[in-house]
Amino acid sequence: MKIIGYIIQKEFKQIFRNKGMLPIIFAVPLIQLIILSNAATFEIKNIKFSYIDSDNTSFSRALVDKFDASKYFNLVARFPSTKEANSAMLNGDVDVILEIPKYFEKTLLKHKKTDLGVTIDAINGSAAGVENVYITEIVQNFNKNARVELMQPSDVINMPKNITTITSFWYNETLNYKTYMVPGILVLLVTLITLFLSGMNIVREKEIGTLEQINVTPIKKYQFIIGKLFPFWMIGLVLLTIGLIIAKLIFNIPIVGSLGLMYFYTSVYLLVILGIGLFISNFTDTQQQAMFIAWFFMVVFLLMSGLFTPVESMPTWAQYITEFNPIKYFVQVMRMVMLKGASFSDIFPQFIKTLGYAVIMNGLAVWSYKKIN
Amino acid sequence: MKRFIGFIKKEFYHIIRDKRSLFILLGMPIVQIILFGFAITNEINNVDIAILDHSKDVTTQEIINKIASSKYFSIKEYIANETEIERSFKKGKIKAVLIFEKDFSKKLTKENNASIQIITDASDPNTANTISNYINSILRNYQQQINKNIHLAYQINPNTKMIFNPELKSVFMFVPGVMTIILMLVSAMMTSISISREKEFGTMEVLLVSPLKPFQVIIGKVVPYILLSIFNATVIVLLSILVFEMPIEGSLLFLVAENILFIITSLSLGILISTVSENQQKAMMISLVTLMLPTIILSGFIFPISSMPWILQAITNIIPAKWFVIILKGIMLKGVGISYLWKETLILIGMTLFFIMLSIKKYKIRLE
Amino acid sequence: MESQNVIQVQSLTKKFGDFTAVDAISFEVKKGEIFGFLGANGAGKTTAMKMLIGISMPTSGEAIVAGFDVYKNRDNIKRNIGYMSQKFALYDDLTVKENITFFGGIYGLKKNQIKEKTTQLINDLALQEVANKLVGSLPLGWKQKIAFSVALLHNPKIVFLDEPTGGVDPITRRQFWEMIYQTANTGTTIFVTTHYMDEAEYCNRVSIMVNGKIEALDTPKKLKEKYNATNMNDVFLKLARSPSLTLPKGNGTHTEN
Repeated sequence: MKIIGYIIQKEFKQIFRNKGMLPIIFAVPLIQLIILSNAATFEIKNIKFSYIDSDNTSFSRALVDKFDASKYFNLVARFPSTKEANSAMLNGDVDVILEIPKYFEKTLLKHKKTDLGVTIDAINGSAAGVENVYITEIVQNFNKNARVELMQPSDVINMPKNITTITSFWYNETLNYKTYMVPGILVLLVTLITLFLSGMNIVREKEIGTLEQINVTPIKKYQFIIGKLFPFWMIGLVLLTIGLIIAKLIFNIPIVGSLGLMYFYTSVYLLVILGIGLFISNFTDTQQQAMFIAWFFMVVFLLMSGLFTPVESMPTWAQYITEFNPIKYFVQVMRMVMLKGASFSDIFPQFIKTLGYAVIMNGLAVWSYKKIN
Repeated sequence: MKRFIGFIKKEFYHIIRDKRSLFILLGMPIVQIILFGFAITNEINNVDIAILDHSKDVTTQEIINKIASSKYFSIKEYIANETEIERSFKKGKIKAVLIFEKDFSKKLTKENNASIQIITDASDPNTANTISNYINSILRNYQQQINKNIHLAYQINPNTKMIFNPELKSVFMFVPGVMTIILMLVSAMMTSISISREKEFGTMEVLLVSPLKPFQVIIGKVVPYILLSIFNATVIVLLSILVFEMPIEGSLLFLVAENILFIITSLSLGILISTVSENQQKAMMISLVTLMLPTIILSGFIFPISSMPWILQAITNIIPAKWFVIILKGIMLKGVGISYLWKETLILIGMTLFFIMLSIKKYKIRLE
Repeated sequence: MESQNVIQVQSLTKKFGDFTAVDAISFEVKKGEIFGFLGANGAGKTTAMKMLIGISMPTSGEAIVAGFDVYKNRDNIKRNIGYMSQKFALYDDLTVKENITFFGGIYGLKKNQIKEKTTQLINDLALQEVANKLVGSLPLGWKQKIAFSVALLHNPKIVFLDEPTGGVDPITRRQFWEMIYQTANTGTTIFVTTHYMDEAEYCNRVSIMVNGKIEALDTPKKLKEKYNATNMNDVFLKLARSPSLTLPKGNGTHTEN
């Protein structure tokens, strides 16, 4: 036990002495948490709206005004013809073109029916879908009002059947994306820092030559590994703490669930990440190699964690792969506990998998750390 | 010149000898583009929902069948009362609950109006919103079906045209982003680490006292990575065409040229990082924290830039990846050429020059 | 006689694939002896030494170090030996004192023992001025003296020194050897590899390795007589000039640089 203490002491000294690294470990991730959480939103607003009004009547202008008044659309241009409009869309200057045909109002009065052209830049498919919903809504409302005004006694009144929906958004009534992203990005930063620090640590001593010096001492494998990992485990928990304070104070994210449960789960989760880092460290000869491997896993873990895009939407085979992704469990648990107040029994499946993962990874790490070759 | 070529050869040997790293450098982009191309999507599929049906009549059954038969939803459970909703959500199993009011059918026929309550788990706001939109559109279809005998006067029909991606495929949005990230990270990180490695081991000084000029040393270190990155870019483009059926509407030659430009931008950023880091660990951490997340989040690859707060929108302008994503989408999906993309291209060139100038300046200060 | 041998090696062999780095070497080292282990770069000295200090597994052969078997009892060997590698192996980013505390600590020394040793070491080497400075900022000669003292912290029976004086000036080398003599006088056995032939003269006995084999082993005086040479340098050149001495293919010892 005392021997482990000496290693821990030494690691802490080395970490805190490295003035260049300290801000990278502590400050930069938290600044990122603040900045990136603001950026990570799927909300569609400020849609660049443009139109071609070939009718040019008060009726057509009223329709354009409706778009202008909507909080989702920013009116950026009126084009004289399709040619200019298309060119602007190619340039990326506009997202939506509304094309009001000539005799728009007349046709509606005469034939009781008229068409309207809408062009949407659909490269971002999901945004295009949402934009389409907004456009349809505005046009339908406009249509409803117009109908009331234009309705003649001769037009048969026939009330359609109507199903009303009332949507309530639980756990996040205002659909605040920060509530969703902050716990996730926090998870990510904690993982990123601890994985890379632990992944590079032992291989660094290997490269410098101090590892050999350690290997000729009678120190036991487990003593060395625990001593090495403990400081990073602590750093992970400190990062979590600062991150939670930021979440609460700056983003005002509700922390519904138990803090104790969050820390308990995180402390087990960190063992998984440290085990992976150590395992990578043991299998590589240079920091460069260790870093590439850590980086590869990190990007895969990150983009397949359900942090940015839902796991449920992935193809089945990809969902199987995510079963091996520790970040996925951490993201789920943090969101469940923080936002919904889930209890230990709710997160039990994730916990058990994480625990199993921790045991396996650290087992592999200890096994693959060779004092002798 | 001969010396210089000899030096480049040495760098190549370094890379090729290290089989493990080489394998990662070449294999990783392939694995990633395939994995992410398929897996990253924000379309929703088979979302688990629960039903709380207070009327249990013909109409509610019809609506439930409609929803169950869509590919978007699968009905996980029927619950009996309101108190069970909370429990169901907490387990994280279901994403939404549909509540049909009492006497649904009766109200619909008598009063022409009946209501459904949709409760969504908005801890994921995007999914919550999408779910609500999809359920509403299924209900709209159902209404149209039951109202088909009623002819409405004065109807304005929007004819919507989705251009550049008529099928609204997520892949078209994400593949250019994934390409950008892979190129950016591989090029910038590899160069920064490889140069700071020489610094850490003191071999940089040996190179600097050699008759090679400092810029030759740096170029020599970078050339192999340029070639490696071009190879990666080629593989990624091929995969996106063959596997994901991405079109290349514009000129292939232009695409290649822009790729090379972006690779050089990334490499020069890598060189800049290496000038401020005295060892590999620092180079790596800087690359990671300044490149990885900002590139993913601020490049417009996943999250729409126009929805960000204005100050962040301003920040996105200094992210090289943002401009490259625009260029890639422009060439591949819109089929535009330099006449539309000159601004983005100039910005990338400008950034590259800026990174190189700054590196040279930093470098000189260090030598003094 | 037997009990006085602190190192006893019989046909010790290490192979890396097809390449035999150490080829069935046999020798013994007596208690309190300064034993020189000589050889050209790549001759296999470091590999042989790594087997003796328990960080490399022999392919075959026997070796008993400080009374313990290298196959079965490596932890006990490690408790009884000190090691200083040719790569300077203290932590550059720790101070002199912190390095002493750390290595003392992992050898299981008690707190007051560490304190005592630290004071003693700092006084002996006259390091009062730099005791709280980072090791990385000290000149190489000092670092090596400190590294040697650190290797002795736990009073080992044998100290293994792998090219301890590489890259330092002659005066420091002389001082270093004085430290070695003092240590040997206290009964500690010194096992040292070097390729400075003048240093070989300071050893009680030397062995010369060529291509993984021990080609000669005796006192410097007798070796000079036997090979009819005026100094050890000539002895070495005569032995090493055998035509087989070209650099071995493959990466035999991955230590020489």
